[in-house]
Amino acid sequence: MSALTSLTLKGALDGLDAGAFTSVELTKAHIEAVEAARGLNAFLVETPERALSMAAASDARRALGAGRPLDGIPLGIKDLFCTQGVPTTAASKILEPFVPSYESTVTSQLWRDGAVMLGKLNLDEFAMGSSNETSAYGPVINPWRKAGSNQALTPGGSSGGSAAAVAADLCLGATATDTGGSIRQPASFTGTVGIKPTYGRCSRWGTVAFASSLDQAGPIAKTVEDAAILLTSMSGHDPKDSTSLDVPVPDFAAFVGKSVKGLRIGVPKEYRVDGMPAEIEKLWADGIAWLKDAGCEIVEISLPHTKYALPAYYIVAPAEASSNLARYDGMRYGLRAEGSNLTEVYENTRAQGFGDEVKRRILIGTYVLSAGYYDAYYLKALKVRRRIAEDFDNAWEKVDAILTPTAPSAAFGLGENSNDPIAMYLNDVFTVTTNLAGLPGLSLPAGLDANGLPLGLQIIGKPLDEGTVFSVAGAIEKAAGFKTKATKWW
Amino acid sequence: MAIDAATVRKVARLARIAEPEERIEALAQELNGIMTWIEQLAEVDTDGVEPLTSVVHAGLPLRDDVVTMGGDADLVTANAPKSVGGFFVVPKVVE
Repeated sequence: MSALTSLTLKGALDGLDAGAFTSVELTKAHIEAVEAARGLNAFLVETPERALSMAAASDARRALGAGRPLDGIPLGIKDLFCTQGVPTTAASKILEPFVPSYESTVTSQLWRDGAVMLGKLNLDEFAMGSSNETSAYGPVINPWRKAGSNQALTPGGSSGGSAAAVAADLCLGATATDTGGSIRQPASFTGTVGIKPTYGRCSRWGTVAFASSLDQAGPIAKTVEDAAILLTSMSGHDPKDSTSLDVPVPDFAAFVGKSVKGLRIGVPKEYRVDGMPAEIEKLWADGIAWLKDAGCEIVEISLPHTKYALPAYYIVAPAEASSNLARYDGMRYGLRAEGSNLTEVYENTRAQGFGDEVKRRILIGTYVLSAGYYDAYYLKALKVRRRIAEDFDNAWEKVDAILTPTAPSAAFGLGENSNDPIAMYLNDVFTVTTNLAGLPGLSLPAGLDANGLPLGLQIIGKPLDEGTVFSVAGAIEKAAGFKTKATKWW
Repeated sequence: MAIDAATVRKVARLARIAEPEERIEALAQELNGIMTWIEQLAEVDTDGVEPLTSVVHAGLPLRDDVVTMGGDADLVTANAPKSVGGFFVVPKVVE
């Protein structure tokens, strides 16, 4: 059974095509792995019966010779995507109990392409967090541990459940979302591959909103090729999302393995931050050397407004969140608390339903949008956001893609940063710029630190140029030869 | 532009979140810490810069103004804390 869960998504598709095993067998192996891994707290809802019936339907399709792009592949779904008839929590008490009567566009496309749903994955509450510790249902535990230590580490956030489930071989891939780094930082912390595509590639319809101008869905997977296969299914125009881009979706997997010879790769000097571990500097240098060997031209570039990206983000994202989360008023769905009048009902519902980090961000957002502060904070942040986007526009005149570290550290211990919001926010220092500029960014594992924990490199691409990002990632994956898995302890 | 207890009370009211009085001081300090860190944005020269509200350059798409779905009140109210006969039941709004 373990042989089936250790397959890559592509390997499993090939095996299904060759008739080496059925989707029911493949799905059963993953259901058993999910049940045996409850100690990781990666799944909030398990849907084994639905998985088996979807797998049986897939096997029946295959028997007729009509295989679809993801036919029979068991996936995990971040519990931010609405799934018809299956509870959706956003890891918040305020949505309890919420059972959507509709399916998100992204997940409906995965089912259209034949994928099988194993269940819903844990996350930071409303995707607000970098360590999974803001989940109302307790944090996910990283399958990785420091060598010789039993300390529980964070899988990163907010897509910590997605990253941990893929790293622990509980599913062949997972959906995730990224508003400031929530796909890429967890991928880096768990030795997995994650991509946030260009803003507008994936429909936001049916995905619980955090900050609508920044939120993008994307996959977390075991390999670059697997991530490319999943992104192809997840992408595409959707009239139900007015920011969804009406552009053709290429076969992203065709870009993996393509030569990168002659590509110009930018290395931004501003991404060398104080206190960055020497191992991450070294990994970055390795990445540069690998791409040079593959025939790329390395170009030093400047993205001068990088240091202002996080402070700008912590105005824009909370402002949008305070507006988006106004809908949780206890009237139409979820929790309703008691109160002596309508205002009290609202106030008590939201006080009981939201966790501390979500409240903190709603308060910041409300403050920066309130009369007298709107121009000084919100409008200022939107102007800085343009400066950051212009930095990239200037860079694209000189380079085809950009290489950076994904995160400023490896996975840290649960509880280590939870008392200092700003220290936690700094996790996203290298990833948040692409959300503000709407660009694709991919993280892939490229090495281990001295404690044996995985470290990721990030590739940033031009708008809608995920293809080049996948080609560069494929070249680094091949050169790095990263094959290490977390040693099973759960 | 320090955030004091009165500002926290006002903002919490605007956000419709009941914050117990004993939390107000601590919240003021927390929010001050974050806003002080954010103040560094003042260093950026943004004279004449247009605010960036959307990275999608296309205009807002229009569609025909017709009903696309609806007419299922039971489905719409299925998750309501309280509903009767396809209506949401809410606390008294008008005295």
